[in-house]
Amino acid sequence: MQQTETGLEPESVASPVESVARDEAIIQVDDLNKWFGDFHVLKSLNLDVRKGERIVICGPSGSGKSTFIRCINHLEAHQRGRITVDGVELNEDVKNIEAIRREVGMVFQHFNLFPHLSVLENCLLAPIWVRKTPRNEAIETGMHYLERVRIPDQAHKYPGQLSGGQQQRVAIARALCMQPKIMLFDEPTSALDPEMIKEVLDVMVELAGSGMTMLCVTHEMGFAKTVADRVIFMDGGEIVETAAPGDFFTNPQQPRTREFLEQILQH
Amino acid sequence: MTTDPRPLRPGRPKPWNDPRVRSVVFQILAIAGVAWVGYTLFHNTVSNMESRGISTGFGFLNETAGFGIIMSLIPYNETMSYGQTFLVGLMNTLLVSGLGILLATIVGFVVGIARLSSNWLVAKVALAYIEVFRNIPLLLQIFFWYFAVLGALPGPRQAVNVGDIAFMSNRGIVLPKPVFEPGAWVMGTGLVIALATIVVLAIWARRRQAATGRIFPVLPIAVVLIPGLPLLGYLLTGGPVSWDVPSLGGFNFRGGITAIPELGALLLALTLYTASFIAEIVRSGIVSVDKGQTEAALALGLPARRVLRLVVIPQALRVIIPPLTSQYLNLTKNSSLAVAIGYPDLVNVFMGTTLNQTGQAVEIVAMTMAVYLTISLAISVLMNLYNRAVALKER
Repeated sequence: MQQTETGLEPESVASPVESVARDEAIIQVDDLNKWFGDFHVLKSLNLDVRKGERIVICGPSGSGKSTFIRCINHLEAHQRGRITVDGVELNEDVKNIEAIRREVGMVFQHFNLFPHLSVLENCLLAPIWVRKTPRNEAIETGMHYLERVRIPDQAHKYPGQLSGGQQQRVAIARALCMQPKIMLFDEPTSALDPEMIKEVLDVMVELAGSGMTMLCVTHEMGFAKTVADRVIFMDGGEIVETAAPGDFFTNPQQPRTREFLEQILQH
Repeated sequence: MTTDPRPLRPGRPKPWNDPRVRSVVFQILAIAGVAWVGYTLFHNTVSNMESRGISTGFGFLNETAGFGIIMSLIPYNETMSYGQTFLVGLMNTLLVSGLGILLATIVGFVVGIARLSSNWLVAKVALAYIEVFRNIPLLLQIFFWYFAVLGALPGPRQAVNVGDIAFMSNRGIVLPKPVFEPGAWVMGTGLVIALATIVVLAIWARRRQAATGRIFPVLPIAVVLIPGLPLLGYLLTGGPVSWDVPSLGGFNFRGGITAIPELGALLLALTLYTASFIAEIVRSGIVSVDKGQTEAALALGLPARRVLRLVVIPQALRVIIPPLTSQYLNLTKNSSLAVAIGYPDLVNVFMGTTLNQTGQAVEIVAMTMAVYLTISLAISVLMNLYNRAVALKER
C-alpha cells in the first residue's frame, strides 16, 4: 500500500464545463491529477456523473482510462483534486474509503474471483462480512443475482470449473450482491474468447436497462452505441472529447478522436 | 504377443531395436543387479559378524547400559538397560524437534511477513536475518551458539542473575520450577472451563452470525479468558503454587529447572536456521496470491484485515504447506547434529555410545533409521491431511 501525498486540495468550486446540475451528480470529479513516480498519468480530469447515467470510456492503451476508474473506488490514490462519490469525499480516511467501496461495485478484466470459494460463496463473502447480512438472506440475494446473470445452476461449482464468460458473469453477480449504487467495469470483455463476449455484454445491457449508474472502460463500440448516454475519449491522461454516442461516432470533433475511431472501426 | 490384433508390419524392427524387447531386457538386468548387490551385502554382513563372534538379535536391549546421560525427561541412571537409553535418546530428539518446529514456525512467519512490510527498516532487518542464517552451514551455527555464545557465559558463581530467580551460566539456564500444591486443581479447572467456554462461544457466534449477521469478537474474549480464569482460580484459592527457586550451592545450582547449554545451543541454531527458510516460504506464499485478489476483495468494501484472513491467507497456505512440510522434516533430521556438541539425542546416546559398547551395528542403525522414518512419515501424513483440507478445487 503506497502512501502518497494528498495535499493541495483546491477550493470547492463548481466545475464550469459540465451541464449537469451539481446536486444531481452521484460522482463528482474535480481537477483529478495522478502521478506514477514522475509520470503524469491523469491530468486535471473533470467529470460529473448523474444518477442512472451510463458512461463508456475509451481510448488507446496507456491513456489512463483504467487508472481513472480505479481512482473512483480508491484502488489507486490520487495526488491532487477531489473525488466525491454519493456525497462522501474520498480522502485517506479508511472509513470513507470503505463506505464508498460498499456503494461502488467493480468488475475487472481478469474476473478476480476467489478461487478457494464456490461461486455462491464468492457472492456471499462481502454481504456477510461487510453488510452483516444473515446467511439465509445473503444466499437468497446471491441466488437472485446468479439467476439474473443466468448461471444459478453453477452456484456450487468453483471458479476454476467455469468458462471465462461464466466467470465474468459471476464477477458481475458478486458485485451486484452488495446492491451498489454505481458499477465500474474495467475492460470486462478484453480477456474473453470472442464467442463469450456476447453473453457478458447481454448481462451488462440488461443491467443498464435496470437504471444502474455505470462507468465502463471498454473497446466494445457496439455496446457504447446501444447503451451509453455519454462516451468519453481519453488520450495521454486527458479527456479529449465527451459526447453522446450518436455525435461521437458520426461526428467526432477532435482529430485525435477521429484517428482512434478509424483505427478501431476499420474492420 | 500372439493375441495382438494389429497386423505385423512388414518392416518389423530387429529385437535389439524393438522398444518393447529393450524395456523388458533392461528391467531384467536392473532386477538382477539389485538382487546381486543385496545378496552380497547380506552375505558379507552375516559372515563378518560370525567371524567376530557377534550375536544378532535385540537381546542387548535388556542389558545394563552402565553410562550416565546428562539430560533425561524420564527417570534414568547408569544401572538401567540399553532399552531405556533408547527411550531417553528418543525423548530428547522429540523434545528438541518439537520445540524447534514450534519456534521456527513462529519466528519464520513473523520474519516472512516482516520481509513484506512497507516499513523500510523492518523489511531490511528481516532480509538481513534471512540472508545471514540461510547461508551459513547449520553445523557452524550450532558451534557458534554453543562455544561462542553460551560457552562464553560466566561460571555458576558469577552467573548472570535475573532478579534472583533465574540464572544464566555456562552450565545452562536455570529457571524456577513451579510446585503444585493441593488446591492447584482449581487453576486447572479454570483453564478447562475457559477453553470449553471459548469453543461454545465460537460455535454460538458462528450460528448467530448466520442467523442475524452480527459479528461477535471471539478472539479478544479468548485472549482475556484463557489466562484470566486460571489466574482467578489462583487468587481465589490463595495461591496454591509455590516456586522452587534455584540457589547456588557449591559449584552449581540446586533446585529449579535447568536447560543445559547443549539443548539451548541446538534449539537456537535449529530454530533460527530453519526459520530463515520458513520466512522465505511464507513470503513466497503471500506474494503468490495475485494482486487482483486483494483488489477485488478491497473493492467489495472488505477491511484490510478481513481481506488478509478471508482471501489472501487461505490461498497462500496452499502454496506454503508443501515446502513447510519439508522444512519440518529437515529440522527433525538435522537435530541429529546434536552429536557434535554432545546433546544426548537419539543418535548421540544410542547410535553413539550404545553402539560403541555393544557393537550391535545392524540392529541399532536399523532401529535409529526406523525412528527417523516414523517421525518423518508421521509429520508428512499430518501435513498432507492439512494440505488436503486447504487445497483448491479446480476442474
